[in-house]
Amino acid sequence: MMKSFIGGVHPDDGKIYAKDKAIETLAVPEEVVIPMSQHFGAPCTPTVKVGDHVKKGQLIGTSDAFLHADIHASTSGDVIKVAPMPHNMMVKCMSVVIKSDGLDEWADGLPEEHDWNQLNSKEIIDLIKKAGVVGCGGATFPAHVKLTPNKPVDVFIVNGAECEPYLTADYRGMLECSDRLVTGVQICMKALGVQTGYIGVEDNKPEAVKVLQEAFKGVDGVSVEALPTKYPQGAEKMLIKAVTGREVEPGGLPMNVGCVVSNVGTVLAIADAVCHGIPFIERITTVTGDCIKEPKNLLVRIGTSYQACVDYCGGFSKQPDRVISGGPMMGLAQFSLDVPIAKGASGITCLSAEKCEVGEESPCIRCGRCVVACPMGLIPSQLSIFSERSAWEKCMEYGVMNCVECGSCVYTCPAKRNIVQYIRNAKGQCKALQAAAKAKTEAQKAKAEPSLKDTIKRM
Amino acid sequence: MSPVAEGQTKGKDAKDMQEYKFTVSSSPHVRCNETIPKIMWNVVAALVPAAAFGVFYFGMNALVNIFVAIVSAVIFEYLWEKMMHKKITIQDGSAVITGLLLAMTCPPTLPWWMSIVGSFLAIVVCKQSMGGLGYNLFNPAHVGRAGLMVSWPVAMTTWTSLNGTVDAVASATPLNVLKHNGHDALLSMFGGDPMTMYQQMFIGFRNGSMGETSTVLLVLGGLYLIYKGYVNWQVPVTMIATVGILMWIVGGIPLGTGLFSGDPLFHMMAGGLVIGAFFMATDMVTAPITLKGQIIFALGCGLITVLIRLVGGYPEGVCYSILLMNALTPLIDRLVKPRVFGAVKAKGAK
Repeated sequence: MMKSFIGGVHPDDGKIYAKDKAIETLAVPEEVVIPMSQHFGAPCTPTVKVGDHVKKGQLIGTSDAFLHADIHASTSGDVIKVAPMPHNMMVKCMSVVIKSDGLDEWADGLPEEHDWNQLNSKEIIDLIKKAGVVGCGGATFPAHVKLTPNKPVDVFIVNGAECEPYLTADYRGMLECSDRLVTGVQICMKALGVQTGYIGVEDNKPEAVKVLQEAFKGVDGVSVEALPTKYPQGAEKMLIKAVTGREVEPGGLPMNVGCVVSNVGTVLAIADAVCHGIPFIERITTVTGDCIKEPKNLLVRIGTSYQACVDYCGGFSKQPDRVISGGPMMGLAQFSLDVPIAKGASGITCLSAEKCEVGEESPCIRCGRCVVACPMGLIPSQLSIFSERSAWEKCMEYGVMNCVECGSCVYTCPAKRNIVQYIRNAKGQCKALQAAAKAKTEAQKAKAEPSLKDTIKRM
Repeated sequence: MSPVAEGQTKGKDAKDMQEYKFTVSSSPHVRCNETIPKIMWNVVAALVPAAAFGVFYFGMNALVNIFVAIVSAVIFEYLWEKMMHKKITIQDGSAVITGLLLAMTCPPTLPWWMSIVGSFLAIVVCKQSMGGLGYNLFNPAHVGRAGLMVSWPVAMTTWTSLNGTVDAVASATPLNVLKHNGHDALLSMFGGDPMTMYQQMFIGFRNGSMGETSTVLLVLGGLYLIYKGYVNWQVPVTMIATVGILMWIVGGIPLGTGLFSGDPLFHMMAGGLVIGAFFMATDMVTAPITLKGQIIFALGCGLITVLIRLVGGYPEGVCYSILLMNALTPLIDRLVKPRVFGAVKAKGAK
């Protein structure tokens, strides 16, 4: 019995389309559109203006906020626009548009070689911060913040599960860049000061497991774990459970159980950032689905349009019903290809109507399939019913806030209920309610009892 | 390997984009191919062998009753939905199951018009008045059966043996004989040999409701549903095992033979236990939603069945036991919830 978690579903993994396609480098497009929000946290403010000439790797956006990741030019050229532009998650986002000068010149001092062995933890973190590395799996949490947990940790886990169907970017990364991955893992472990590392890979990628086991042979404390293929094996909490047996408590963070989890792409970017001082300006992304003529794994510059990626893969072979930023389970459906590849873009999945047939929604028949599938131990069907009735308190009582929105319940529902969509709505409503309740009690408190200072003054 | 981006001129981009329109929706974008009609029709398929045996064994009247019950159930569902301006859902197969199960749990000699009344109670009173599929609290077929039982108790307990080897005379079901005439009388029904009795009951050569007699075909149908993943095997196993074990322990007491002298094999195959355990206690709508809850539910069903068979006024209690436990389902669901991932077990913490 392999290590795993309770629950989950087995959707068609669709890896067949792009699994065996070696990573190809997409030429620098004529124009890159670089959004100022590509990370979890405060959006950056552009530090360049129209007419400026920028070079590859130059800082073009930053923020004073603690939780942010710097943004760099992905090629050299002139800034022709600083304005809100289409964005894959936010509809529109302040972006810097660079017209390539075709030279692709590095900014001064880049690349900057370092021997990571000589660097201490703080220096490593600073280099990562400077490079603007964020989580590549989709959540885009700034890597330097993740690698400076404020609780003691003892395990570093690389998420190579890639449980999201169709996507193969991490898989190709593990196969083709295993040396860099080894370096990256060692750097992260040094930065965190941990002795134990795991690489969790789903067993539908046996070649990757083999390659990595070979690559990590001489590395102390790191083991490659083959995990059963089951969605959402790559969800942070599920992966930690599968690999270490530890369970993050509801609402908690991985560091609460002494773990830090990073995606394969992130670790590769960290290796580049620390060893060569290269900012996060390109990433591996999968262009796949049954509507793409030649599915491929591409190394693309941040800011390249989806259109350019799709064109490079021969365009559409048939009318796609959905173009999804990411994979089909948690990705965001796009209405246009006029959006740029951002740091979190793990793939572009183009599916035909028959692949994503939704079916007509009908009432819940209480079959319990969602309860079996829910990796978080919730009762999704009940939550969806409460949400339909606007029973927000009931939703909270049944733990709606623990939902990780993996969509397993919707996938498995025979009544084709949009369970996770109801739950998202409920979560929003509950958050608002909680905030309102908190504000109210604080206001009452302030009114009822004068502050300590006032009391002291009066005395 | 240096593909140039020259092919992608602005003009071409704009043209391409107008050609394609994408659907925007919230994730996930893929669904499994399981549907409610698929589940329901599979249940129907699993019931067909046992129903066919009933027709073979009990004759034309069984066929007429099964046909009338199914057709009337579907028509009642259609009429109600038409009247209420609701979406017509007769094609989902759930009304067919209700009609079929109702007929299978009634005596073969039932006048056909009573089947229509039963279907009305099941579909209109029990199911649709509560909101239709998914909202009914009680198992519709069993509500129909219980309604018929209190309305026409004689017709519902007239068991005419239509077996070719025996004359068509009014006789009783094995459970009835056991309750009122004792174990020896029961054995003599089957020629006095226990092995013959088990064999006959396993195949289905006994008096009883139209579709409940053939243990083997019902179990095969149930195994099919377990294989398809529509039924948790723990539910029928718990219910039947509860009856078997309790009957072995206390089943002999009313017969004056004391503890641990009951006949578990007989009780596990008698009456409507097998059809109830595989097809009615496992009804998704009216049983608890968690597996743990379902096991508690099945345990309760078994317990109440034993109580009714031993000390109740009726010889058989599967129908009432399931209906009673249906009433407890919301309570079980409230008390038995899965453990939220990462939540600390209460007893371990203290």
